[in-house]
Amino acid sequence: MSSNQFVRHTDNDQSGLPAGRASARPAPGRADVVPDSPTTREAEGLQHKRRNRRRGRGEIVLFAGPALVVYLLFVMVPVGLAGYYGFFKWNGIGPLTDFVGLDNYVRALSDPVFIGAIGHNFFFVIASLLVQGPIAIGIALLLNRPMRGRSFFRVLVFVPYVLSEVIAGVAWLLLLQPNGPFDALLTSLGLGDAVQLWLGDPTIVLWTMLAVISWKYIGFAIILFLAGLQGVPEELAEAAQIDGASWWQIQRHITIPLLGPTIRIWAFLSIIGSLQLFDLVWIMTGGGPANATSTMATYMINFGFTRSQYGYGSAVAVILFIISFAIAIVYQRFVLRRDTEGALTRRVG
Amino acid sequence: MNRRSTRLVALATAAGLAVAALSGCSTGGTNAAAGDDVTLTWWHNGTGEPLNGFWQDVATEFEEAHPNVTIEVTAVQNEELKTKVAVALQSNNPPDLFQQWGGGQMNDQVAAGKLLDVSDDVAEELEAIGGSAAGWQVDGKTYGLPFSMGISGFWYNKALFEQAGITEAPSTVDELNDAVDKLKTAGITPIVVGAKDKWPAAHYWYWLALRSCGQDVLQDAGKDLVFDDECFTEAGEELQSFIDTEPFQEGFLGTSAQQGATSSAGLLANGNAAMELMGHWQPGVMGGLTEDGKGLGDDLGWFPFPAIAGADGAADAMLGGGDGYSCSASAPPECVELLKYISSVDVQTRFAETGAGLPVTAGSESGVTDPNMVALLEARNDASYVQLWLDIAYGNNVGGALNDAVANMFAGQGTAEDIVTAMNDAAAQQ
Repeated sequence: MSSNQFVRHTDNDQSGLPAGRASARPAPGRADVVPDSPTTREAEGLQHKRRNRRRGRGEIVLFAGPALVVYLLFVMVPVGLAGYYGFFKWNGIGPLTDFVGLDNYVRALSDPVFIGAIGHNFFFVIASLLVQGPIAIGIALLLNRPMRGRSFFRVLVFVPYVLSEVIAGVAWLLLLQPNGPFDALLTSLGLGDAVQLWLGDPTIVLWTMLAVISWKYIGFAIILFLAGLQGVPEELAEAAQIDGASWWQIQRHITIPLLGPTIRIWAFLSIIGSLQLFDLVWIMTGGGPANATSTMATYMINFGFTRSQYGYGSAVAVILFIISFAIAIVYQRFVLRRDTEGALTRRVG
Repeated sequence: MNRRSTRLVALATAAGLAVAALSGCSTGGTNAAAGDDVTLTWWHNGTGEPLNGFWQDVATEFEEAHPNVTIEVTAVQNEELKTKVAVALQSNNPPDLFQQWGGGQMNDQVAAGKLLDVSDDVAEELEAIGGSAAGWQVDGKTYGLPFSMGISGFWYNKALFEQAGITEAPSTVDELNDAVDKLKTAGITPIVVGAKDKWPAAHYWYWLALRSCGQDVLQDAGKDLVFDDECFTEAGEELQSFIDTEPFQEGFLGTSAQQGATSSAGLLANGNAAMELMGHWQPGVMGGLTEDGKGLGDDLGWFPFPAIAGADGAADAMLGGGDGYSCSASAPPECVELLKYISSVDVQTRFAETGAGLPVTAGSESGVTDPNMVALLEARNDASYVQLWLDIAYGNNVGGALNDAVANMFAGQGTAEDIVTAMNDAAAQQ
């Protein structure tokens, strides 16, 4: 991604060239490049252009059509239905008759358990960024240096991410039981005093979950950063080295800034993931004890399915959607903008 | 070019329509009474043996006796089945015969007109089943029949009791407290509870409510969903003082009920604790959590939940739950025939022999041989009444609120009044 920035630089240089040179090299296949032509040929050119455009549309329908239909049917329609159900008191069986307006939303936002769940989500958003970010960057920088067994270590850090959430959750659930393997490990290391009721103490369990979540997802961050680092040109580091910069200075002033776009994308994915956190929490604690680890998603499942309040659960789903969507939009607008400018914010061509 | 692109558009549209058509209608052979041939769909939760094979045998026998009937039996994992049934009942193509736990969830299905009223067809079976069928009836009408009705109680390790010097199974809460003290003195974890899963913790409250409240109070509350009687608060206070004696294992808030050797059932099965309050399925679960697959074997004993001296509730009332089957509203008459066949003495006796549950039809008791199961069966048959698990009796909504509130009390974050408030609030939102 950093290489894009680098390449874009040269692009800009090229566009600064005299126009004559650019037009002397007509871009093949680009319908909107109209070559300098006499007025008599203009009509024919337009017709050609229109025909090309129609053909383009046909291709778009062919390639995007099926995906779009599936997307509409299985994503947009359910989202719309959830919004609709959210206005009803509905137990999932029988007809939708009990319209309650915004009552479900008022109820959710005045339920201290749901407010607590939102709080836990934001705790995971911020703590995941603060914990995983620096560690992942550090490990990625280390693994980017030539050393023996590098690919082995790269695979190793990525393993937790490849494991399914269910397997990882059950494994940690068993490891963290009182007097379980994890406690035995601590004791054998002489850290017996540090042993806690990892999953049984409401004041500890949120931190336990943070540790497990970080363990689970840090491999993803590291792989992203490693990929980003491949795009950082070595020449820059070499040039800095010749100028007498230390390894640390090079990382601090060249590599990390050039890794910026990757870091911003990772942060975006991490934030959205934390807001929608469900599987690991559901398996390891079920949101407990005493709602100490409930998230918006576990709250939604608890009410929607376990308690058969599908209307209320739908309203909670809509709130979760709105919060995630709002954060995504704000992040796109203010943080990702410089990375995606031209690709998302402006029409191409 | 033009024609080709038109064709492309048509192709894409056709593909889209095909997808829409596929998702819009689902195919299935139910109710298609073409001639005399009938296909019955049957959903149950017996994914493991012996139940899976047993139900398949029952289906095959029924097919042989009724050549025009084909039965499609599907075993679905328990939690998944509940969601699947709820969704299928909404559709135009529900299963004909499906597992039914009775109580509030069934009331909702009846209110929505999704179940077949079988009252007139099963009069004989109802007589043979007796009081256990009450959980499958609404306003005097029958919407399903149970095939198994079990009760819960304390499963205990006889060897550890002996080691702690306890000679007799506790019959009052005071005696239970004494036993807990003796076990602690002997360095044994007295009781395990899988409070992470909430319902195992909530069972203590159910039992204490059963011992604190009269039968009328409990059943009226189930009907009106109003929990104002003082006995409900008393149940919570009893529970609080029991929790205060710290009878449970370390870190019980994070312990699951049935997952692995460190779950509550696993701890009991491996001799790491003396007791657990659990349903009739416990021996089967424990067996799966030990290396030899046998659980505690002959060391396993059972006694009913002890009485509270001077409380309103009957000391011989039992708390339990059962498994049954309902026919959906659109099911053909053969579904009712199958339901009756499942309730027959023959099938019920063989069901009892599998050891997977306690049969309900009179005359099938001979199939029960395990001494603990015989004790359970006697306690159930001698009970003044068997109350359905309260979370099932009161429906998912109030029941879920009850389980959450009791779990909070176990975590030290709720009072006896909070539990009652949570139930009343949930009922008001229904």
